[in-house]
Amino acid sequence: MTGYILKRLLSAIPVLLGITVIVFAIMALIPGDPATAILGSYATPENVEKLNRDLGLDKPLVQQYFIWLGNMMGGDFGTSFSLNRPVLDEVVERFGATLVLAGTAFVLCSIFGIVAGVISAANQYGWGDKGITFAVLLGISIPSFFLGMMMILIFAVKLKWFPVSGMWPIYGDRDLWALIRHLTLPAIALAVVATGVIARLSRSAMLEVLRQDFIRTARAKGVHERGVIWRHALKAAMVSIIPVLGIQAGFVLSGAVYIEIVFQWPGVGRMLVDAILKRDILLVQGGVVLVAACYVLFNIAVDVAQSLLDPRIKT
Amino acid sequence: MSGFLKLLARNRLALAGGIVMVLVVLLALLTPLLPLADPDVTNTGARFQPPFSEGALLGTDHLGRDLLSRLLWGTRLSLAVGFAAAIAAATIGAAVGIISGFYGGRTDNLIMRGVDMLMAFPYILLALAIVAALGPGLLNALIAVAAVNVPFFARNIRGITVGLAHREFVDAARLSGLSNTRIILSEILPNVIPVIVIAMSTTIGWMILETAGLSFLGLGSQPPQADLGSMLGEARSALITNPHTSVVPGLMILIIVMSINLLGDGVRDALDPRLKSGALSRPMAATRVDRKGPVPESAGQGLLEVQELQTQFHVKDRVYRAVGGVSLYVKPGECLGLIGESGSGKSVTALSVMGLVASPPGVITGGAVRYEGEDLIGAPYGRLRDMRGRNVAYIFQDPLATLHPLYRVGDQLIEAIRAHRPIGRKDGHDRALELLKSVRIPNPEKRLSDYPHELSGGMRQRIGIAMALANEPDVIIADEPTTALDVTVQAQILALLDDLRRERGLAIVFITHDFGVVAQLCDRVAVMYAGRIVEEGPTKAILDTPLHPYTARLMACVPELGTGKRRLEAIPGLPPVVDRLPQGCAFAERCTRAQPDCLAGEIDLHRAGPRAVRCIHPEAPLQEAAE
Repeated sequence: MTGYILKRLLSAIPVLLGITVIVFAIMALIPGDPATAILGSYATPENVEKLNRDLGLDKPLVQQYFIWLGNMMGGDFGTSFSLNRPVLDEVVERFGATLVLAGTAFVLCSIFGIVAGVISAANQYGWGDKGITFAVLLGISIPSFFLGMMMILIFAVKLKWFPVSGMWPIYGDRDLWALIRHLTLPAIALAVVATGVIARLSRSAMLEVLRQDFIRTARAKGVHERGVIWRHALKAAMVSIIPVLGIQAGFVLSGAVYIEIVFQWPGVGRMLVDAILKRDILLVQGGVVLVAACYVLFNIAVDVAQSLLDPRIKT
Repeated sequence: MSGFLKLLARNRLALAGGIVMVLVVLLALLTPLLPLADPDVTNTGARFQPPFSEGALLGTDHLGRDLLSRLLWGTRLSLAVGFAAAIAAATIGAAVGIISGFYGGRTDNLIMRGVDMLMAFPYILLALAIVAALGPGLLNALIAVAAVNVPFFARNIRGITVGLAHREFVDAARLSGLSNTRIILSEILPNVIPVIVIAMSTTIGWMILETAGLSFLGLGSQPPQADLGSMLGEARSALITNPHTSVVPGLMILIIVMSINLLGDGVRDALDPRLKSGALSRPMAATRVDRKGPVPESAGQGLLEVQELQTQFHVKDRVYRAVGGVSLYVKPGECLGLIGESGSGKSVTALSVMGLVASPPGVITGGAVRYEGEDLIGAPYGRLRDMRGRNVAYIFQDPLATLHPLYRVGDQLIEAIRAHRPIGRKDGHDRALELLKSVRIPNPEKRLSDYPHELSGGMRQRIGIAMALANEPDVIIADEPTTALDVTVQAQILALLDDLRRERGLAIVFITHDFGVVAQLCDRVAVMYAGRIVEEGPTKAILDTPLHPYTARLMACVPELGTGKRRLEAIPGLPPVVDRLPQGCAFAERCTRAQPDCLAGEIDLHRAGPRAVRCIHPEAPLQEAAE
């Protein structure tokens, strides 16, 4: 198993390099001069030139890329001019908040999506199935930012069950309970779309499995239908559900951008949008590379989980 | 095509989605002609008018602009951008995919690596990076959304193209000297376009959502121009005081995306052949029972008694009579062979006993199955479950498919025991070990922790037998347990079953299509054809003097060792399809002894002594054979 994990980690290196190349290439497309963007249109030509030199922007692109890559390897992602703070520090801090939000949403959508899919498949064409199918359709059609706004309106403003926004109370203790209260609405709003997608795919994966011969064997043994569905069928269906979970994690991470804006959550998505509007390129680059790298690592974890579940995968 | 449209129309939800979609698109097209207020004229005096106010049906926004007008213009813009992004992504993605799939080799490798890289990003990071580079703006948002979706199309289309690139008609075009470009345009593209259209119909809603999202973040359309996303984004600051400014554009996005999704699902379902055939339905815990006729009285024969059993498959408006009134019994310590070609209904008969016929589409429509006199057809699920494995156990064909691939065989054995009585960890392990020893598995301790795929075919079948024995049942139904095995292993398994029967007094129903196997193991034989028993009797008697022509032909199919020259005779023709059985004898069409009266009417199973035959022109007279 350790060998397998190591092998997967090694195979991630070209992907990570590819990510840096793509990000660098996109940023190189920027029209005009980053130094002008930083200094503003009133900067003197001398200042612009000096800054270009300081940033290494007068060198050829390939050389720029390797300098940038080398610096990142050494943990230097540059300094954000808009925040006047090292990019790495800012991104790590913001990414922590995003992980709390997206991680919770991911757990929610995995559990509820799979459970809904299983119930739906086990009651195919019944009322439970129809209800879940409709809810799923609604879930995957509603924009998460609109859903978040409506949830604020209903559960925070009208019913006052939860705070309107933010991650921590402005006054009062920053304890777990406060976090849970702040987390509930955004995590649910973020989880809804992915829950729908996972439920849909779980349903069809379950239907596929329930027709297999080994399910009939389980029934012939006298295993109770609950055991047939939740142990035998679900375990086999997980083989096709787990890769979907990996893909959906990317969508949850993406959706977090909207939810962070709607709920004023201090995460990396909001940071990126602010950075784009302020044209803080180093911050955008650093943020995108770091988050994408984490996502690549997460997908390796998904593969490892898959190989743990399925003994037929050669490790 | 018209069939497809009909199917689509039959799906009422898809139809509703389609109608709503058409209405929205029409409204968007007609917007410039409608008598609407200018969407961009501000009137700060009339800010935040509620819906249904004078002169503003949906109210006004934070700058006093007419919401209805802005909504319609915004919808127009959102739809246009969404469609444009979808078309751009589909076109570029398809081009990349076709080139990659058609040329293959290094081109393919290079392109697909790039696509994989792009797919390694959570999509929004890529979109944000592109917008960051190009700057906020509706066109740039469109480019970003299209670019992010290119890999999806490229990968899909590449898969299809790879399949097409090696087909005969493409080879033919190559041989006739057409250029690659011509081949792509004239041979590949027409075959790929339907796939592109379907992929677009399922992603277009998603693209509208994504562009709306970027506009919502302030990275898409810039004021005063507004699409639905930026309307929501602007309204957010007034969410609490004037929610209607948010609700109006938000609901519109929901309606558009939902109707597109409904339509897309309908298109997908209408094109999926598996849905049409009902192959996607889930078998229930027990076969559905819908008995029309009276329940036959018990004849008191044997431990397990099947009486006039009828099992059908209902697929759409077709009815397949897989089992059309089968009666048989088996006594303790006895082995009954049930023999017939594939599709003769022998497996369905066997599975009907414990309600294991997949349902839908299976339905038991008549007869009785008695265990110690108790009728099991229509017994409550709890009763059936309790008896499965404990009183009547099954051994199935092809143990690779019938054992759970992801559980260790030891755990599967222990589970079989646990299904009927609580057993501790240690006891379960010991009992499983004992079971493996009883089916003569070498090195049983180690095998317990193996997965099915790690065992050989014969070993797996032994596991299957051990599992059937786990609760010491009285009856074992073995459904072609040796068909998937090679001959030496087959002989071992048969010997094992025979020993078990003698040691434990098991009643065995042995299903096979092989008379050689029957001769080795069975006391009595029942021959099935087209869902009915055509001959029955002691094995030796039937082997000596088969009465039904079908039995005789079936026996002629078995090669005999050492007899040299005899020709192996296949039975000409195929068994009849059981949804249109002929009147009279179902075998008549393939029978060399058939007379006109064979098809005149129902032929009964004539009995004499231990023998029975359903034939009016048998190979030998029944009475003679019975003596």
